Amino acid sequence: MDGWRERFGTGLKGLAMAGKNNPWGGGDKPGADGPSGDGGSGGGSGDGPRNPWLPGGNEPGKRRSASIEDIFKNRGPEGPRRAGGGGGPGFRLPERPGGKSWLPIIIGGVALAWVAVTSFHFVQPGEEAVVTWFGGKYSHSLESGTNITAPWPVHMVEKENVTQIRSEEVPGTNTEKLILTGDQNLVDLSYLIRWNISDLSLYKYQLNDPRNALLEIGEAAMRAAVARQKLDSVLTGAGRAEIEQDVRAAMQARLDAYRSGISVQGIEINKVDPPSRVEEAFKDVSSAQQDADAAINRSRAVAQQVLARAQGDAREFNDIYAEYRLAPEVTRRRLYYETMEQILSKTDKTIVEGGNVTPYLPLPELRRRAQQAPQPQQGE
Amino acid sequence: MTNVFQNYKAFLIAGVVAVVALLSSVVIVPETHQGVVVQAGKPVRVINQFRPDVPYGQTGAGIELRVPFLEQVQMIDRRVLDLDMERQQVLSNDQQRLQVDAYARYRIIDPVKLVERAGTERQLEAQLLPILTSVLRQELGRVPFSALINAERGTAMVNITRTLDAQARNYGAQVLDVRIKAADLPEGRPLDAAFTRMQTDREEEATTIRAAGQRDAQIIQAEAQAEAARIYADAYGKDPQFYDFYRAMQSYRKTFLQGEGESTMVLSEDSEYFRQFKGQR
Repeated sequence: MDGWRERFGTGLKGLAMAGKNNPWGGGDKPGADGPSGDGGSGGGSGDGPRNPWLPGGNEPGKRRSASIEDIFKNRGPEGPRRAGGGGGPGFRLPERPGGKSWLPIIIGGVALAWVAVTSFHFVQPGEEAVVTWFGGKYSHSLESGTNITAPWPVHMVEKENVTQIRSEEVPGTNTEKLILTGDQNLVDLSYLIRWNISDLSLYKYQLNDPRNALLEIGEAAMRAAVARQKLDSVLTGAGRAEIEQDVRAAMQARLDAYRSGISVQGIEINKVDPPSRVEEAFKDVSSAQQDADAAINRSRAVAQQVLARAQGDAREFNDIYAEYRLAPEVTRRRLYYETMEQILSKTDKTIVEGGNVTPYLPLPELRRRAQQAPQPQQGE
Repeated sequence: MTNVFQNYKAFLIAGVVAVVALLSSVVIVPETHQGVVVQAGKPVRVINQFRPDVPYGQTGAGIELRVPFLEQVQMIDRRVLDLDMERQQVLSNDQQRLQVDAYARYRIIDPVKLVERAGTERQLEAQLLPILTSVLRQELGRVPFSALINAERGTAMVNITRTLDAQARNYGAQVLDVRIKAADLPEGRPLDAAFTRMQTDREEEATTIRAAGQRDAQIIQAEAQAEAARIYADAYGKDPQFYDFYRAMQSYRKTFLQGEGESTMVLSEDSEYFRQFKGQR
């Protein structure tokens, strides 16, 4: 013990000297304390600047390589390890210069740090915290801001974000959740529950698994609400708002009955589809609607055509009839002659005179000519 | 330093002993649990027993003393617990099958009874599950299928809750409610039948829509034809004789001029056309 103290003391002295004695020169200042201890201080002795990282020695300028003996001398059981502060059977706490122990100061410092670290709680905006005595009895809640409590094991603080809206997607991605509707059809539905914590202490202490409870209540409420609707109103979205309202109200009622401290902010139905197995039939319904519309459009077109034609014909007749009324006989004759002229100029004519001649119609020849007639056209 | 330890050795040992004694005689019951103090296998008192409407902080949770080694403290959950039933096939009273997924929520209100009769919460759960299953089957079996899938399962759920609660109270638990989470058609034939029904239902709808479209198309055309006829009648009705003549002229032109084959006419000299030909009049 004494030996160690001496060693420590001299070591300290050596360090102090190192501080006073500039290792980069000035070592030859008159009156400077020369290195007197065996601490091996880095005080230079007059050869100008020297490398402070070089091992110190009493012979500057001449670097001495450490001999094996030197090394092992310091590594023995009496070596510097004891001074290094490691454990070991001979471990002793250092003492203050006054001879008193450092122990109370260290303990006091640690305790102070402990109190400082565990008594101040910075609760972020939107967060709240519950404080319990020794993790048992509920003490009080902390609002956001800087709060001071008793240090750790006395007051235990659990922080939780209460304003943040959490959302739960039901079901997870890419799974089909078939729900029976009131008319015993199935619908594939997915929805989102948005919730937050309305009362942190209730949330912490009332339900053993609040999130699971929320999901189960949500599922029961959702299925009940869908079962109150018919398939069509679910699929078309007509009943969607009603379902969302129903589910939210039912969930909140259940959660309040459990005093769960959870507030359901909203239910959103993401997807409503017919089950994949009968999807084709559902698609066919919409294509049937398209087909029907197409048929109606087509017949409207035909109808317009017919009407327009009738109107045109009527107008034509009316116009000519107006003329005809002015001069009936002349108009009638004119029309007759014009028509005949056009017709007869384009046809072969045979005029038979007298009523008692039986005309011989060369029907075979007529037929032949009729057959030949297109051929010159082709030849031209 | 050594003298420090030696000088205060007695104090230190006494301190350690005191801490150990304190730790073993102190029990911290959190707000979430109720502690049943068991002495030689027999529950003697309860710390932080559940009482409704007592605000947190005044419930009795926290630090309690016990006699070390003589008294054991068993922690029993004080919160609302979940009893999740596995999917069960239920037969409705009209012999239809349905897969039912139900849960019950309960709370242990008498932990002493629980410790005496069930032991732990897990054992209680194991006791309650078969009761829930059988009560559910029994009650839902009295209900027709249509009512089963409907949300308003009527008195069935109330009965189930009441029966389960009566049973649970024997173990010191109170059933808050029983809910049917999901009622589904079983895989296989019932589900296939439902799908087939949905499919045929849609097919019917599609056919109806197409037929209705066809009908509407026909009606539109018919109306147009009628309208056209009315227009024609209005116009031509003014002078049927002139119409006859005019239409005949149109018709001649069309047949003779636009026809494909060449026409040959055999005309009698008595024809109206040749009236002037004869130099008459």
